[in-house]
Amino acid sequence: MSEKRITKANRDEFYPPIPTSGTKFWRSNFLYQMFKFFRLNLKIMRIVVKGHS
Amino acid sequence: MRYTKKNRRFTYNSQANPIQDIRMKIVVLGAGISGHTAAALLKKKLGRQHEVIVVSPSEYYQWIPSNIWVGVGRMSVEQVRFKLPRVYDRWGIVFKQAKAVSIHPEGDEEIKSGFVSVEYTSEGNKGKKEKVAYDFLVNATGPKLNFEATPGLGPGKNSLSVCSCDHASHTWDELKKAIGLMKQGKKQRFLIGTGHPKATCQGAAFEYALNLAFEFKQRKLSHLADITWISNEYEVGDFGMGGAFIKRGGYITSTKVFTESVLAENNISWIKRAGVIKVEPGLAHYETLDGSSNSVEFDFAMLIPAFAGQGMKGYGKNGEDITSRLFAASGFMLVDADYTPKPFEEWSVSDWPERYQNPSYPNIYATGIAFAPPHSISKPMKSPEGTEIFPSPPRTGMPSGVIGKIVAENISEIIKHGGTNHRHLANMGRMGAACIVSAGYSMTRGLGATMTVSPIVPDWEKYPDWGRDINATVGEIGLAGHWIKIFLHYMFLHKAKGYPFWWLLPE
Repeated sequence: MSEKRITKANRDEFYPPIPTSGTKFWRSNFLYQMFKFFRLNLKIMRIVVKGHS
Repeated sequence: MRYTKKNRRFTYNSQANPIQDIRMKIVVLGAGISGHTAAALLKKKLGRQHEVIVVSPSEYYQWIPSNIWVGVGRMSVEQVRFKLPRVYDRWGIVFKQAKAVSIHPEGDEEIKSGFVSVEYTSEGNKGKKEKVAYDFLVNATGPKLNFEATPGLGPGKNSLSVCSCDHASHTWDELKKAIGLMKQGKKQRFLIGTGHPKATCQGAAFEYALNLAFEFKQRKLSHLADITWISNEYEVGDFGMGGAFIKRGGYITSTKVFTESVLAENNISWIKRAGVIKVEPGLAHYETLDGSSNSVEFDFAMLIPAFAGQGMKGYGKNGEDITSRLFAASGFMLVDADYTPKPFEEWSVSDWPERYQNPSYPNIYATGIAFAPPHSISKPMKSPEGTEIFPSPPRTGMPSGVIGKIVAENISEIIKHGGTNHRHLANMGRMGAACIVSAGYSMTRGLGATMTVSPIVPDWEKYPDWGRDINATVGEIGLAGHWIKIFLHYMFLHKAKGYPFWWLLPE
């Protein structure tokens, strides 16, 4: 049986935003991620092309 | 620049004379991302008429970004490396498996042109010395992994590394043992991060921490893993580039929030502003910026060492030591950067080099990690005891490839058309970079954080609000990031192996 980790309120790891189940769903949704794959590749290509003359 | 055949040496002349009728010799030291890119493009542009020689102590090319997956057993060593001689034979590049020991830019009594003293490392020739003459020299030796700078750090001592595929393979062997103990119900403490107060490459260590968390989750062992991220960053998410700002959820937010979120989601605790000063078996000692000395216990530690130059020397014509004209105190090569010491507030993108040309010897260039940066990108910080605790600037991956490319283009244009003009420039204050941080290896359940910044060095004059182009700076996590990382792995190996249309692929 897995032991649940307790995060204490005064520790650093208590404060950052944690993804909701909806965010986690979209992170692994095949169609949405396919769109992201092409969009991010396009962004990277733009950076590569612009970056040096 | 004028080349005179008589003494095989460059002299400056206002006339621009093409030197394409003379067989030129271009020596590239190192066959990593930058050196291999430079050598491949030089040969492609200059053809058979000119000679390209690569000197590297290893006969392998390795795609270093994928070492993370070797370290968690998702890839074998052979999947991330290949032998160079076969590729270089096909391209007509001369390969010498040797280590560069010293540079002699003015030649000596025997050789009139500049030359590099090398010592062979290949079986059969081990220890043999040779003088390799050059007309142009590209220093792309990469860093020396300076484990010695932190007592007790490194493979064979008290910590592990993923900086080379051999290190990563050894790390996987140790991880298997830890997983074995966890399967027996024994809790294991993992310490991942930077192993020196001025180490860089936080991204690689961060990737490894996330991959560990993913692997434990897949094996349903997360409850037995206590993972701690230790870093010399002032805030996590600095990554040696002073952090960045990204558009996220309707806000412009810093990479600190993004990185802390990813760490917290994976149950990874963190220690920041920490310079590891000593590693003992199962115990790492560190000093923090507030001056306190602490230690943290571990069962498994993967800590990135400091980087230094390769320690090559420089000698003049009469054997006098000219190392200080070629190299900075760190051992990295001096180039066309502004090395004048200035306070952080006066730093500018114009301090950064754009041609990567040595100021004393214009036919010598340094690319990738081998060039000496003018200063860090992150703000320098000192503890009350005087220990400098902040990341050194990153120059790996995309910038290394781009710098290798523009240096090759400039050299080939000088050889073909003469002149001293460098048409191709790559200032890190104008160049962007993409960093794909793997957060789990699986085509359906994997994750990757895609981070892009443009430019790498913040330009506060051009972008007074955020230092960078906010529309080009991205931080996203998802399955697509993993696909991109896999895609880049195969794409860059295809390119490095010189398979069809390799030259069309970007750096």
